[in-house]
Amino acid sequence: MSEKPSVLVIGGGIAGIQASLDLGGRGFQVYLLEETPTIGGRMAQLDKTFPTMDCSICILAPKMMECYRHPNIKLLTYCELKEIKGSVGNFQVKILQKPRYVNETKCTGCGACAEHCPIEVPNEFDMGLGMRKAIYMPMPQAVPRCMTVDKENCIDCKLCIKMCRAGAVDFQQEPRDIDLNVSAIIIATGFNQYDPSEILEYGYKRHRNILTALEFERWVCASGPVGGHLVRPADGGIPKKIAFIQCVGSRGLKFGTPFCSSVCCMYATKEALIIREHAPEVQVYIFYNELRAFGKGFQEFVNRARDEWGVKYVRSRPGEIREDPNTRSLTIWYDDTLTREIKSLSDVDLVVLCPALIPRESNKKLAEIIGIELDDCGFFKVTHPLLAPVDSTIQGIYVCGYCQSPKDIPDSVTQASAAAARAAETLALAQIQRVGGS
Amino acid sequence: MAQQEEKPKVGVFICHCGINIGGVVNVPQVVKYAQTLPNVAYAEDNIYTCSAEGIDSIKAAIKEHSLNRVVVASCTPRTHEPLFRGACVDAGVNPYLFELANIREHCSWVHMREPEKATEKAKDIVRMAIARASFLKPQEEAELPVDPTALIIGGGISGITSALCLANQGFKVYLVEREPELGGMLRKIYKLYPTDEEASKILDASINAVMSHKNINALTSTEIKNVEGYIGNFEVTALKNGEENKFKVGTVIVATGAVEFKPVGVYGYDKYDRVLTQVELEKVLQSGKSAMDRFFKPQKVAMIQCVGAREEKPPRAYCSRICCMVAVKNAMLIKEWYPESEVYIIYQDMQTYGKDYEEHHRKAREAGIKFINYTKENPPEVMPLPDKRLRVNAYHALLGEKRELDCDLVVLSTPLVQHESAKELSKILKVPLGQDEFFLEAHVKLRPVDFATDGIYVCGTAHGPKDIGESVSQAYAVSSRAASPMANRKVRAEAITAVVDKDRCVGCRMCEKLCPFGAHRIEEGKSTVIEALCKGCGVCAAACLRRAITMRHFTDDQIMAEVKTAFLTEVPKPPEAPAI
Repeated sequence: MSEKPSVLVIGGGIAGIQASLDLGGRGFQVYLLEETPTIGGRMAQLDKTFPTMDCSICILAPKMMECYRHPNIKLLTYCELKEIKGSVGNFQVKILQKPRYVNETKCTGCGACAEHCPIEVPNEFDMGLGMRKAIYMPMPQAVPRCMTVDKENCIDCKLCIKMCRAGAVDFQQEPRDIDLNVSAIIIATGFNQYDPSEILEYGYKRHRNILTALEFERWVCASGPVGGHLVRPADGGIPKKIAFIQCVGSRGLKFGTPFCSSVCCMYATKEALIIREHAPEVQVYIFYNELRAFGKGFQEFVNRARDEWGVKYVRSRPGEIREDPNTRSLTIWYDDTLTREIKSLSDVDLVVLCPALIPRESNKKLAEIIGIELDDCGFFKVTHPLLAPVDSTIQGIYVCGYCQSPKDIPDSVTQASAAAARAAETLALAQIQRVGGS
Repeated sequence: MAQQEEKPKVGVFICHCGINIGGVVNVPQVVKYAQTLPNVAYAEDNIYTCSAEGIDSIKAAIKEHSLNRVVVASCTPRTHEPLFRGACVDAGVNPYLFELANIREHCSWVHMREPEKATEKAKDIVRMAIARASFLKPQEEAELPVDPTALIIGGGISGITSALCLANQGFKVYLVEREPELGGMLRKIYKLYPTDEEASKILDASINAVMSHKNINALTSTEIKNVEGYIGNFEVTALKNGEENKFKVGTVIVATGAVEFKPVGVYGYDKYDRVLTQVELEKVLQSGKSAMDRFFKPQKVAMIQCVGAREEKPPRAYCSRICCMVAVKNAMLIKEWYPESEVYIIYQDMQTYGKDYEEHHRKAREAGIKFINYTKENPPEVMPLPDKRLRVNAYHALLGEKRELDCDLVVLSTPLVQHESAKELSKILKVPLGQDEFFLEAHVKLRPVDFATDGIYVCGTAHGPKDIGESVSQAYAVSSRAASPMANRKVRAEAITAVVDKDRCVGCRMCEKLCPFGAHRIEEGKSTVIEALCKGCGVCAAACLRRAITMRHFTDDQIMAEVKTAFLTEVPKPPEAPAI
């Protein structure tokens, strides 16, 4: 074992960031691997966080910068994991760094290249609602602050090379192999959103005034596609009535997933409050099955939303959403389970679907590469849910955050620190044994 | 040592940030303007001051023009201050003699359609930064040694887990438990969800590991009487059988757990024998089926959820998170032992979140556990029957039907609540409790197991209701958080701290009361700042009625120089302030 134990962290969201900071902070060498051009993950996409209504990127960005500046943390963004061999104390890792076509050390992220780039494509960071250029930074607070050329959409006009005064654009860049030797591995790959378009009754993607929750986060965010103005997606009109529908594809056996995503009741409440902050006259409805406000301060938050902010909670799982073809407004048909009547809510300007948050499809490939197990839903298995909540099925490999099971930000941060502790503990024990045995 | 004050020689570096600033603000004009300002020895513009070229340019100018203050007018200190401070240090200038003027976020970005006005505003911002820079003083960041020993208060599963994790990493641990035995809440529980294991088995293995670990000193029947000091250097006084035991530790972990709320006067609890809380039921289950058979064979059991929880007002406005799963688990156990029995769970919202719990919830319904949904407006009622049994009247809100259940056992699911003694401990450690009376972490989102005070951490149900797996996760998390300073053997203290002018201080204790970090102590009638704890937030300085408190790096002189020059009134000549 080298003098400084090293750890590979897979996934640059809040869980991966926290695990890296904890391990880097105690003197371990950390490699933080992220497949997109920037760290930040899902939390960076959120407008605000519950129950404190903190601006999400405002509290996350300093941590991202801390990772970037940390002498013990090496960021490997825009990278793919290719191979892992070996065992605890000595994993051999092969990584492929995709070419950005921009020199990371020279680029200052000023954006002059993007200004002049003639190609516009939907921005993944804005859930495809806004546009970005073919040379781009996913978001203003991206870390590293470096542009990336999307070669698939680039037309090779090379205007960016001409415009860059730092001489950073480099179309000759090749994919780069990175070989690492690490003592332990932490997996923090987060989640994806279930695509609710297969629930035909709701008409997502057919009805233009329906957004998913993550789309809505970008929609209302000041740095989002419409500059944070609360408008109808179909026509930019001012909404008067907005409804949220919970458990879309979750807690069911028909569509999507059998599990509860654990965070939707709370983020819907938060998003409802954001709406009321933007436009106090907008009526907000939340159609829910069971209100799950089980975290610290959560029930109090829901009470405040209901009693002080006038958010209307309706116990129901709506059956259908219909669109008025002339106005594009929506009517929600639902059975009110407390009065047992079939009712409808009409003239709804915007429906936000809260879909199941699902483990990433790529977990399967990752599990195969690493040789660890997933459960039947695609979450990473742990050896004991009570006593070893972050231990994967291989010693020296730990999991944390949503990819282990549904959880919110503080629980993900907690598990990230827990994974860091387990990695440190295992390596300390291995070292003690080694010293003792020599 | 008499300090010879050098005349300020300010270097000013104005960044175009490509087109971000330069596209709006006339940067060369701002440079020319800066050159005319008092104390400015040198000014230039850079396409990117943050590029390698820009940094080299700063270093070269410091040498060439003997600069002793540096102002960069560019973007935000959040991202770039450390970089520019680094350049100063490399060239032999104290990092606190650097000042950043934000002419991007505060100027060019927000005034992009008014380039002339933006240029004038950029001049104002730069002038203010130069005025402040002239008053800056060098500051030092002290290093404090950290004793690689932890105190863990509470010997339940959280404290035990954390103790083992830290001890395995080579740190010494004092594990202090008030009761004669380790184990905490788990001692009172029969089986655990979702693994269906007996709590005692898990506990025995863990306790054995603690007792045989050479790095853990388990002190049972012991209470914490006092804790003095700060991160790295706490002095602990523990009390056992009236005898004091003093020791030193570097970090403190609060793992004191929680207790079950006793619903006195509700649903006939403490009136009727057959009304139990869930923990009381656990005790019955622990004694085994044959013992329970002798007690009685339940035919019909009702469990009522949210008893004393989710109330209108604090402290028990919260959902206790675990009770729904506890009820599901115990209902399944009763059903398993007595397949003929009917078991009802009368609930508001089933909190079977996540993956495993939702599956258990489904299995319970499949096993024939009956669920009755009640609303707050229509809670169930419990009445005695002549034969010791109890009649539960419940309104099933989803079916719109009244249910009359003659039960031989009623189980009340009550929330976890804070220990009575937590208030005392919060005073000893100078850490806060929240509205719900649980210990309040530094930040609910991003610092879930840290206190605002460095070196003190919280885990398990002392922080709020949670299940075993979640408590264990937190116990590991605090082990990571506490291990950092202990592994490094040192922490770096803030340079920007409060300074008390003892001549002015009257010992009114305002600062002590307001300080969120417990950094002010009153000694001999005067306030003293424990610099290791001070975060430089300035609350004390703002509140001090005697103006006895100054903030390093944010002195009145520095701030007033900035304010006065903003309005172009006369700027006082530096340096007149006492050197701090």
